[in-house]
Amino acid sequence: MSAPFGKLPGWVEYGLIPLINLVFAFLVAGLVVLLVGESPLRAASLLIQGAFGYGEGIGFTLYYATNFIFTGLAVAVAFHCGLFNIGGEGQAYIGGLGVALACLAFDGIFPWYLTFVVAIAGSAFFGAAWAFIPGYLQAKRGSHIVITTIMFNFIASSVMVFMLVDVLKPIGSMAPQTRTFTEGGELPKLDWLMSIFGLDIGGAPFNVSFLLALVCCVLVWLLIWRTKFGYEMRTMGHSPTAARYAGMKEARIIIITMIISGALAGMMALNPIMGDQQRMQLDFVTGAGFVGIAVALMGRSHPAGIIPAAILFGVLYQGGAEISFEMPEISRDMITIIQGLVILFAGALEHMFRPAITAFFSSMQGVGRQTRAAGAGE
Amino acid sequence: MDSLAIELRGIDKSFGAVHANKDINLQVRRGTIHGIIGENGAGKSTLMSILYGFYQADAGDIFIGGDKIVIRDPNVAIEAGIGMVHQHFMLVENFSVLENVMLGAEENAILNKGITRARAELKRLEEEYSLDVNPDAIIEELPVGLQQRVEILKALYRGADILILDEPTGVLTPAEADHLFRILEQLRQQGKTIIFITHKLREIMAITDEVSVMRRGEMVATRKTSETSVEELAELMVGRRVLLRVEKGEAEPKDVQLSVENLTVKDSRGVTMVDNVSLNVRAGEIVGIAGVAGNGQSELLETITGIRRAVSGKVMLCNEPIDVTGEADPADLRKRKMAHVPEDRHHMGLVLAFEENENAILGYHYDPEYLNGPMLNLGSIRRHAQETAEQYDIRPPDVRLKTANFSGGNQQKIVLAREMERDPTVLVIGQPTRGVDVGAIEFIHKRIIEMRDAGKAVLLVSVELDEIRSLSDRILVMFAGRVVGERSPDASESELGLLMAGVEEPMEAAE
Repeated sequence: MSAPFGKLPGWVEYGLIPLINLVFAFLVAGLVVLLVGESPLRAASLLIQGAFGYGEGIGFTLYYATNFIFTGLAVAVAFHCGLFNIGGEGQAYIGGLGVALACLAFDGIFPWYLTFVVAIAGSAFFGAAWAFIPGYLQAKRGSHIVITTIMFNFIASSVMVFMLVDVLKPIGSMAPQTRTFTEGGELPKLDWLMSIFGLDIGGAPFNVSFLLALVCCVLVWLLIWRTKFGYEMRTMGHSPTAARYAGMKEARIIIITMIISGALAGMMALNPIMGDQQRMQLDFVTGAGFVGIAVALMGRSHPAGIIPAAILFGVLYQGGAEISFEMPEISRDMITIIQGLVILFAGALEHMFRPAITAFFSSMQGVGRQTRAAGAGE
Repeated sequence: MDSLAIELRGIDKSFGAVHANKDINLQVRRGTIHGIIGENGAGKSTLMSILYGFYQADAGDIFIGGDKIVIRDPNVAIEAGIGMVHQHFMLVENFSVLENVMLGAEENAILNKGITRARAELKRLEEEYSLDVNPDAIIEELPVGLQQRVEILKALYRGADILILDEPTGVLTPAEADHLFRILEQLRQQGKTIIFITHKLREIMAITDEVSVMRRGEMVATRKTSETSVEELAELMVGRRVLLRVEKGEAEPKDVQLSVENLTVKDSRGVTMVDNVSLNVRAGEIVGIAGVAGNGQSELLETITGIRRAVSGKVMLCNEPIDVTGEADPADLRKRKMAHVPEDRHHMGLVLAFEENENAILGYHYDPEYLNGPMLNLGSIRRHAQETAEQYDIRPPDVRLKTANFSGGNQQKIVLAREMERDPTVLVIGQPTRGVDVGAIEFIHKRIIEMRDAGKAVLLVSVELDEIRSLSDRILVMFAGRVVGERSPDASESELGLLMAGVEEPMEAAE
C-alpha cells in the first residue's frame, strides 16, 4: 500500500489504471465464456442489462453493493493501520447475532427505526467483539492478524451453526434459522428513492441500510483523515518506527482499529437480515467479507473509491445471476470465475500494467518538457 | 613480480545524487590479506558489492587473475572464484551446517548423492583449513563465531580463491576474532587471497599485508602494512577536510539538565550495545558523541528518548528520573521538554507519505492547539506548519506537499523545525546533516548553536567528525558501546580518529 509509486496524474492513478485492469479482467472472462461455447457479447449485454436495465435489477445491484460497502470499509480501516483484516466474513457473521437478538427482543415492541438503532449497536458490538480478540492477540502477543482472523472465520462459522441449530431455532422448526421477525424488525425499502428516478424497485430488497452504509463512508473518511486517532492509525500503517518515535501506543491503536473494523463488518449483517430476509439464516454472509477485501483494494481504501468498487461487485453479483438464468451453459460457478478474474486483475495483478503506464507517462512528460524547452530556445 | 588476484580500474558508481565510488583503482596481490579501511559511508561496501555482482559499476573494469570479466550477478563472481562473507550472515537458520553449505550448489533435484559428496568435501575442507564445525549442527544453535565459519566454508565449498570479508569482527567476541585471524592466516598460507573490510585500525595492523584506505567514495591510499602506522592510517581515513567552521562564542554551561549514569543497553539478541555509559549535558552546552556508526550511539539516543529499553542504569531529565528500564514513553518525555531529532528521518522522524503539515505535528499531535476534541484542527495545523516553514526556510513552502517530494535537506529542516520551535530544555540530535546539501548544513549548524546560546542542553551524535568538532563544546568518543574518552573540540583529528578506532592506549600514555 505504501509502496513508492511513480508519480502519476490523479486521473490515471484512480481512473485509468483501475479501468485498464477491469477491461483486461473482462477480456479474459470473455475468453472463458467463448470456451464454453457462448457469445461473450451476449453475456456482457446480459450482465449490463441484468444489473442496470430495469428498476428491480438496479435494486438488487445496490442491495449487494450495500454489503460490500460495509465489508470494504472494514478492510480499508484496518489497511490504513497496516493491518490485513481477512476476518470480515466472520465478523459480519457474528454481527448477525447482534441484529437477530435485537430484532427477536424488540420487533414486537418497537417500531422499525428503534429496533434498527438497537440492531446497529448490536451488530457493531458483536462484530467488534469478534475482531477485538485477533486485535488483542496481535497487539499483545504478536500473533499475526492474518492467521488469527482467518481462524476466526472458521470459528464464527461453527459458533453460528451452533447458535442457529441449538439456540435460536424455534422449537419444532426444521430449518436452521430464527423465526421471522414481525414488522418492528423489518427495514423499509428505498422504493421512494428509486421512484424519484422513475424506477420501480419491484421485489428487490434495496433498503435503508444502504443509507447507513453511505453515512458510514462519511464517518470512516472523517475518522481516517480528520481525527487524531486516524492520524495515529495512518502513522502506524506507514511507519511503525515513526509511531514509536512519536510516542503512540501501538497496542492500543491496533486494538481500537480492529474494533472499528469489526464493527463495520458486523453492520453488514443488517442488510440481509433486517433488510431482506427478516430472519437470520445459515451462511447469510455468502462471501461478502472476502469481496470486501477486493473492494477495499480496488477502491484504494478510500470511501470515495469503495462505493464505486462495491457497486461494480454488486453488478457482477446481480448481472451474473441474470446471465446464469438466461444462458444455461454458464453456471453460477462461471460467474464466480469472472468475479475471481476481476479480483485477480484489480487486486493481485494491480501492478501488472503500472510499470508500463508509468513509463509511458513519464516519457510523455519528458517529451512535453523537451518540446517546451526547445520551443523556449527558439 | 607477484601476480594480481584482483584488479579494479576506474570503478565509478552513483546512487542518484550520492557518488558512492569515485574512479576507484585497486590491486590485490595473490596470496595476501588486503585490508580495506574507511569510515562508514566511505564506499567500502559498495565497492565490494560491485566486485561480487550485487551492483553494476557505472564505469570501470574488473580483472580477475589478469582476465577482464563482467560481473553481472553473484553467480559470475562465484564462478570466477570470489566468495563473500557478509556482515550479516546469509544462512538459513533452521538448516544444518551441511544443508547451508550445499544451498545453491545442490547439483540434483534428488539430494542423496549430493549430500554424500558434500559431506566428504566438507570434511576435507574442514581438515585442510582446520575449520571444525559439526556438519549436522543446526545453524541457530551455533554461536556467532561458528556461524561465520560456516559462511567461510560455504565460500570455500564453491571453490572460492578470493574471499571477501565484510566487517567480519563486528559481531564477534575478542576471542572469536582472534580465532578468525588464525583461520585467515591459515587460508593465506594455503594460497587464498583475502580482502578484509573493516573500520578498526587494530585489526588492519594485526593481520593484513597491505591496506587501502577509502574516504568519501575515493581510494585515497594503499600502503604496505609493515610500512605504515596506526596514526597515518587514522589520518588518511579521517582526512584533512575543509572545515565548515561555524561562528560560535564561548559556551556558558549552567546546571546539568540531562544526566546518564551507568547505562547499559542490549539488543534483541542479547548483545551489549551500550556498555555502562555515563555522561552529563548542561544547559547551554553542546556535548558531541563521536564514533564510527554502529558503536552504540543509536542505541544510546533511542534509550534516552524512551524508544528503547535499557537493561540497567539511570537517566535524569531536569533532575527527574526517566524510567529507561521500564515505562519510559516518548510522548511523556516530549511533554517534559525533551526534543529528539532522530538519526533516521526516513523511518523514524517523518512519515514520507504524509503531507508536510502532518509531519510538522508528529509526536506533538496530542497538543490541544491542534485538536478540536477528537478531531484534528486542520486550520490550526496548517497555519502553524506554514509559519514554521517560513521561519525555517523549508522549500518549497507548500505544507500540503507530500513529504517524500522534499529534498533531504528540507526534510531534515521539517524535523528540526518541529523539534526546536517548542522551546525544549534538552535537545537530542542524531546525524543532523546526513544526506543534506551544503547550504542546509550551514543553516542547521547555525540553528543548533542558537539553541545552545538560548540555554538548551544539546546532546549531539554524528558520524561526521567535522560536525562534532565544529559544533561541540565537549566531545565524547564511543567505541564498542563504551565511552572511551572525553576530549575538547581542539583535539586533533588523528587523536580522535584513534579513539574512534578503538586504539586508546598510546594516547592515554602520552597524556
